Amino acid sequence: MNNDKEKKRYFAGLLRGLKSLLVGMKVTFREFFTKKTTEQYPENRAELKMFDRFRGTLTMPHDENGNNKCVACGLCQNACPNGTIHIESEMVEDPETGKKKRVLVKYQYDLGSCMFCMLCVNVCPHDAIAFDQKFEHAVFEREKLVMTLNKRK
Amino acid sequence: MFDFSIVTSWIHGVLTSVMPVGVAVFIECILVGVCLLLAYAIIAIIMIFMERKVCAAFQCRLGPMRVGPQGTIQVFADVIKMLIKEIIVIRHSDKFLYNLAPYVVILASILAFACLPVNKGMEILDFNVGVFFLMAASSIGIVGILLAGWSSNNKYSLIGAMRSGAQMISYELSIGLSILTIVVLTDTMQFSEIVARQADGWFIFKGHIPAIIAFVIYLIAGNAEVNRGPFDLPEAESELTAGYHTEYSGMHFGLFYVAEFVNLFIIAGVAATIFLGGWMPLHISGLDGFNAVMDYIPGFVWFFAKAFFVVWLLMWIKWTFPRLRIDQILTLEWKYLVPIGLCNLLLMVICVVFGWHF
Amino acid sequence: MDLAEKIKTLVPGAEYVESGDGLWKIPSEKLHDFAKALKDELHFDFLRSLTGTDCGEEGFGVVYHVEATDSGRQIVFKSVTPGREKCELPTVSDIWKAAEMNEREVYDYFGVEFLNHPDMRRLYLRDDWEGYPLRKDYDMDKTREINPIRMNNEVASDDSPSYELDERGNFIRKRHVIFDNDEYVINIGPQHPATHGVLRFRVSLEGEIIKKLDVHCGYIHRGIEKMCESLTYPQTLALTDRLDYLGAQQNRHALCMCIEKGLGVEVSDRVKYIRTIMDELQRIDSHLLFFSCLCMDMGALTAFFYGFRDREKVLDIFEETCGGRLIMNYNTIGGVQADIHPNFVRRVKDFIKYMRPTLREYHEVFTGNVIAQTRLKGVGVLKREDAISFGTTGGTGRASGWACDVRKRHPYGVYDKVDFKEIVFGEGDCFARYMVRMKEIEESLNIIEQLIDNIPEGEYQLKMKPVIRIPEGTYYSAVEGSRGEFGVFIESKGDKYPYRLKFRSTGLPLVSCMDTICRGAKIADLIAIGGTLDYVVPDIDR
Repeated sequence: MNNDKEKKRYFAGLLRGLKSLLVGMKVTFREFFTKKTTEQYPENRAELKMFDRFRGTLTMPHDENGNNKCVACGLCQNACPNGTIHIESEMVEDPETGKKKRVLVKYQYDLGSCMFCMLCVNVCPHDAIAFDQKFEHAVFEREKLVMTLNKRK
Repeated sequence: MFDFSIVTSWIHGVLTSVMPVGVAVFIECILVGVCLLLAYAIIAIIMIFMERKVCAAFQCRLGPMRVGPQGTIQVFADVIKMLIKEIIVIRHSDKFLYNLAPYVVILASILAFACLPVNKGMEILDFNVGVFFLMAASSIGIVGILLAGWSSNNKYSLIGAMRSGAQMISYELSIGLSILTIVVLTDTMQFSEIVARQADGWFIFKGHIPAIIAFVIYLIAGNAEVNRGPFDLPEAESELTAGYHTEYSGMHFGLFYVAEFVNLFIIAGVAATIFLGGWMPLHISGLDGFNAVMDYIPGFVWFFAKAFFVVWLLMWIKWTFPRLRIDQILTLEWKYLVPIGLCNLLLMVICVVFGWHF
Repeated sequence: MDLAEKIKTLVPGAEYVESGDGLWKIPSEKLHDFAKALKDELHFDFLRSLTGTDCGEEGFGVVYHVEATDSGRQIVFKSVTPGREKCELPTVSDIWKAAEMNEREVYDYFGVEFLNHPDMRRLYLRDDWEGYPLRKDYDMDKTREINPIRMNNEVASDDSPSYELDERGNFIRKRHVIFDNDEYVINIGPQHPATHGVLRFRVSLEGEIIKKLDVHCGYIHRGIEKMCESLTYPQTLALTDRLDYLGAQQNRHALCMCIEKGLGVEVSDRVKYIRTIMDELQRIDSHLLFFSCLCMDMGALTAFFYGFRDREKVLDIFEETCGGRLIMNYNTIGGVQADIHPNFVRRVKDFIKYMRPTLREYHEVFTGNVIAQTRLKGVGVLKREDAISFGTTGGTGRASGWACDVRKRHPYGVYDKVDFKEIVFGEGDCFARYMVRMKEIEESLNIIEQLIDNIPEGEYQLKMKPVIRIPEGTYYSAVEGSRGEFGVFIESKGDKYPYRLKFRSTGLPLVSCMDTICRGAKIADLIAIGGTLDYVVPDIDR
């Protein structure tokens, strides 16, 4: 009795096992002929487009006259958890009004220690900085990762 | 039908006309040896490239694409890399055995490779117990693997080698039984004879049910014999990092790697020879015109086409299934393949005795 | 409030502290008896979280979050060591096994010695580390001098110390043998393809069979909890994505929820919907990776690529809306970083349509496969009691028959508004753990389908104060992460920095139960067990 059951299980198991293997092979066989999903990266640079919200590198947009919106308030520098941003500023007297005003001298950004958390962009009151979609960050020397974002006049 | 023995006898004639027979035979031996090694290397390169492309296609990838058109030069680049890599000497390892092991493995593989009849008149080792010789030669490889695992002074290697030993020795049995089934059908053990008997139909058709069962058993056991597919647990990379060849680098590793692929080809080649007619074209009795057309295709094309088809089949299996566990591998062999193989052998004997084959 | 009365009768000296979530203070000498009574009489069998904290002059405190799995009642209590010098507490690891690893963590960070704990080794830091880094008097300026980067190997000791009291109350130190000299011990990890990162097991083998297993953590320990103590609340958010990188959305959701709870802020419905959808997408992402990696561990490399191919589609959805694929930076305090992308709804719907037939393909190529079935079924059985005692929440717990889904137990987001099944299996073996996760992908698709068309209009980000200060007190929030309950414990002193921020790791209970379920299994089973437990090492190590 018990033996019979065992026998039945042996042969049923054998057949079921074989069937399951064939089902699996059917799937891979189908996949063998479907279109491949590989993207060939350096070759497809032209059509490769990152999403708008992708955070590549921190940039400071400049208008056609080469002016940026940064007022050197230092909020971004304080918001950064990693100390990625260093702002150098100076006080300049406005020739028209005669009031003293803080202007940006150098906006230094270290891509190497940036963790793309968006806190600097969020905190900026004038939308002076933004992330662009550049993602090819590799350089040969670490110093090259430290960038000055504002254009000197 | 192109007969390669014309070429060999012409070379023999030319050589004996300028030198004594002994020297001529010696030169011929060297020539054959060089050709064998060359063929071995070329097969290995083709196999490695094929493996990459086929496995990529199953996995919705493209595989190597960069070096050469469609990545065809990739393997050559790999070989060069492997050749110039340092062979690292492991401290506290058994140096002699450690260095010997890859050569034992490759030797076994070359010996077995030499048995394959590629074309009519193009066999290197061909004598009346060829099947026995092939099985004996190919099992030397186990020794190499055990030595590699033992001498590496690495626990992973040792476990891999022990698994490999248990597995390969068990599966020899099934391979033997399935080949024996065909030997019963042909009543010869000589490879050239086995092929010649298939002139009026391949054995997989002539032997019908028992031959097909034997073919399937042979494929499974052969896969296990070369440590591939779902049976790759001697080198199970997710468990033992690389099994018995964990500690090997450079060309020593390269030898294992090459031997593994050529062994796969040998298994496929033997399957093609004894089940699918070897270099024998597809002949259907009664259709003389069709048979004549088929004869125009040279024998080695038939052989390689069949062998690579079987290779592809084995790759398909390998890239579909998960790996078995050691106890399951032994269960599969001793509780399923061996009894089925024995019954199948009996079935074949009955078929032959009563003449129920074609 | 019968629980309060009960506690009062059990421990007359207990007092209730109202601030924040509120907690009971239990005198340290009563702690063990109290914990035992909780477990035995009131069935508080699940230790959710165990947190060490620096209580200044008083000593070092340990906060216990305990829950009863049958009634769902919870209690938070805290016990403080007798002093800064005499810092010892009785262990509760004999009551809840989950405490075993967690107490080692507290010992590692604060130097609290748990009496009668069988294994008082450091958990994350090296054995030769000087001092206890989360103590407030640990000098961070001098840490380079006290603990330089050591170039020598750390010797893995084969025995573990314990601190015990003998009958006369004398303090004694004992050593317990982990591995004998003549045992065949192999290292699996830290660099090993099947440990999913840098986790290290030392395994004693008898042929292919595992006799004992010892877990070593800390190979990518980054001290995130310590770092958080010097970061403002918005800054701490950036680190949560880096804990369990397959649960980035959920982790950050938990931290945001906890901070919002502290601030008493209620986010808009739109934010809740978006967060819930994102959490579920993340769960699908994680489970797809689980499937892939399990297949690869088992040698089915092709199925691995299928999983990754489809996971790519989830990542694309994430990238379009959040701007990141792995490190999303999406949830913020009081909202989310950006409103959902105009393409989001369409893409998610396409994905759902694509995913359902693909799941069938997975089942055909792997689940149904006889090899996979025989390798997973009946292997690595984790019993229900063990699952609860170790606190292995998530798919692992549910595979053992423990309905531990935080989404059902303590609904957050909009989980109370959607109709979904909690997948519970009873076998507790590898196959059950695998199936729970595969079924959860389907459930997640259902949840998203119910929500995606009904996202209400509203603000995606509340206006927050420029400097965020949480009122004094302790707060705990939990979400159902991809692999279990992910909790955040904040102790605030009213500053803009958290005084103590603890993440309840989802992975630590999972590895702590490895020894129990691996004994008697084979090496190949260890890989299957590790794969189905589905731990993520950065989440364990923090």
